[in-house]
Amino acid sequence: METAIDIIEKPVKETIKITGSQALLNALIAENVDTIFGYPGGAIMPIYDALYDYHEQLKHILVRHEQGGIHAAQGFARASGKVGVVFATSGPGATNLVTGLADAQIDSTPLVCITGQVFAHLLGTDAFQETDVINITTPVTKWNYQITDACEIPEVLAKAFYIARSGRPGPVLIDITKNAQLQLFDYAGYQSCDHIRSYRPKPYIRKEFIEAAAALINAAEKPFVIFGQGVILGNAEQEFKAFLEKSGIPAAWTILGLSALPTDHPLNMGMLGMHGNYGPNVMTNECDVLIAIGMRFDDRVTGRLDKYAKQAKVIHLDIDPSEIDKNVKATVGVWGDCKETLPMLTRLIQTKVYPQWIEKFRAYQKEEEKEVIVNELYPSEGQISMGEVLRVLNELTKGEAIVVSDVGQHQMVACRYAKFNQTRSNITSGGLGTMGFALPAAIGAKFGAPERAVVAVIGDGGIQMTIQELGTIMQTGIDIKILILNNQFLGMVRQWQQLFHDKRYSFVDIASPNYVTVARGYGISGETVKERNHLKDALQRMLSHRESYLLEVMVGKENNVFPMVPQGCSVSEIRLK
Amino acid sequence: MQKQEFTITVYTENHIGLLNRIAVIFSRRKINIESLNTSPSEVEGIHRFTIVIDELEEVVRKLVRQIEKQVEVLKAYYNTNDEIVWQELALYKVSTDEIAEKVKVERLLREYGARAVVIRKDYTIFETSGHREETNRLIRVLEPYGLIEFVRSARVAIIKASSGFHEKIKEFEATDPSDDLIENEYLGKQQEIFSM
Repeated sequence: METAIDIIEKPVKETIKITGSQALLNALIAENVDTIFGYPGGAIMPIYDALYDYHEQLKHILVRHEQGGIHAAQGFARASGKVGVVFATSGPGATNLVTGLADAQIDSTPLVCITGQVFAHLLGTDAFQETDVINITTPVTKWNYQITDACEIPEVLAKAFYIARSGRPGPVLIDITKNAQLQLFDYAGYQSCDHIRSYRPKPYIRKEFIEAAAALINAAEKPFVIFGQGVILGNAEQEFKAFLEKSGIPAAWTILGLSALPTDHPLNMGMLGMHGNYGPNVMTNECDVLIAIGMRFDDRVTGRLDKYAKQAKVIHLDIDPSEIDKNVKATVGVWGDCKETLPMLTRLIQTKVYPQWIEKFRAYQKEEEKEVIVNELYPSEGQISMGEVLRVLNELTKGEAIVVSDVGQHQMVACRYAKFNQTRSNITSGGLGTMGFALPAAIGAKFGAPERAVVAVIGDGGIQMTIQELGTIMQTGIDIKILILNNQFLGMVRQWQQLFHDKRYSFVDIASPNYVTVARGYGISGETVKERNHLKDALQRMLSHRESYLLEVMVGKENNVFPMVPQGCSVSEIRLK
Repeated sequence: MQKQEFTITVYTENHIGLLNRIAVIFSRRKINIESLNTSPSEVEGIHRFTIVIDELEEVVRKLVRQIEKQVEVLKAYYNTNDEIVWQELALYKVSTDEIAEKVKVERLLREYGARAVVIRKDYTIFETSGHREETNRLIRVLEPYGLIEFVRSARVAIIKASSGFHEKIKEFEATDPSDDLIENEYLGKQQEIFSM
């Protein structure tokens, strides 16, 4: 018997009758999808039934909760650069995706989510597990669409993949009614999409703006580059490095831009923003030309906006025209994909070095090291600090691992101190700050980059939000390292309560289960370490274990993350303590 | 800068759900839509939205970029009242007896350029169009004569400088953006637009 899969292999001259579900799976294969994260249910059963025959081409990872599924797809997309694919059923299955959609939307992660929906004739009748998924997800998707007729499936799926991955990437949700999944229709093959008349993924690049930007850079005495995930999403790491090295300009990153430039690169000045490095924050308000590349001036990066880089001429490179002038007015806005605009700019700029200017960054760095970093990375007494865990981890992984962090103090510490030699190594929930992101995202990252070591750094709060995904690890036998930094508090909120609410610790003392026992229940080995002199060996055991491993490190209860730009303050008012 | 009336014109695909996608751009920012009209444009398959809001130009400029960013939106423009010609349609229902008795009413209606759409024994419906103040004035004039019901449409507006959408659509349908496609509407207006 000819299977539906054979059909896409050869040019189709005649149509053949297949079901909507088969057409959907053909579309996934044609788009080179090999991994799906999902959870079955009533309204998506015809698709799962068809999937039964496709298990050789499509690997389906059964998660424990749809939120875990979508975060895993995000981790997969961020690690691999491919589109993450999620299956969920109607109603609660679909609404459980919302947090992940919002996260993917704000962090520009390419996803195609397929949700089942009740039969078309039941729409609007409050049928079992019916919910208005399209309208619920409109504000948190780049595009969404409901299919009620199987004939639409090939074309809509082609559009979905094109929209998700092109331009500024983002999540797409396709809701398919059960009748369309079951419907037999005349299938004429799959054609991928590369043009939608109402959609311009990349703005037209204007030479005059490249020239204006180059003129500003060439005349600058104290230029400063700040970069974000746009460099990674545009696969423009090499172009970025070439630009940086010719221009000689010091550069700092947002947490989503982290790992686009190796940590040890001589022009890498560190992290921007609320818990970023001292120099990059202060120098933002001292530079004469600020060159922002593929970043969107989030409030956690800019601090108080009316005191942000007011002295500087701002050059803003972005693929999304709506980002230019949104938060910070650009002197020159360079619209376009930085993979294309950076080489154009590099050609026009002079080869330069700024030793005295960079020396100023170094001076701030020395001060930060003395006041903050040495104490954080090399404490001699008291409880283990989060920073020293990251330092030892760096020593053991040598910057080769993918680090997936959750949200909170440990996230800031991981971003500040983790070392990276290659791109797509730092995976974290930046814009949305989704606690519970790291464990499922790490699972997805491992499927996206199976050859790499994946370490999930998670707090004692975040791990409890999606701990059920230990079941996914158990069932798939995947190898990820779970590093819980347990300070027995919801640490970031506690830090704010200490600093800004007179130490009124309101509902931040969170209790933890025995994580090692929980992990053992899932067949995952683990241990807890409390003593400094056991830390390195424990981390080594975790990393060299051949399967997943959970290591809980008890860290200082009331340690704070510094430096810090308090909310409502200018980046130059950054506090070292 | 002060808040003022802006008319936003949006050309879109004719797809279900697009109205919501555009509406949430306003509601998310707690911006009230004063008037909204949507209907097919002169180009087949393309819908035209006309949205009126009272806002700062800076806010409107950002809103329009957010609207244009939507996958199914072809183009969005914003204009001040000087840059457009606009009208609103108004319908007035009055008692036929009243107007039969008082000839003055008919004279009034003529003065306001109203015409009768329906004349029945019990009521007559007049229609007129104009700016908000004009149609409002007629309400006040008719009230003493027993205005039974009134309804007004959203604003429809023509952009004075626009040359229509027939040419524009060809550019959108082209697979490669042509050189003269003005993607950056602020090109060459740097001095006017940017304060820095």
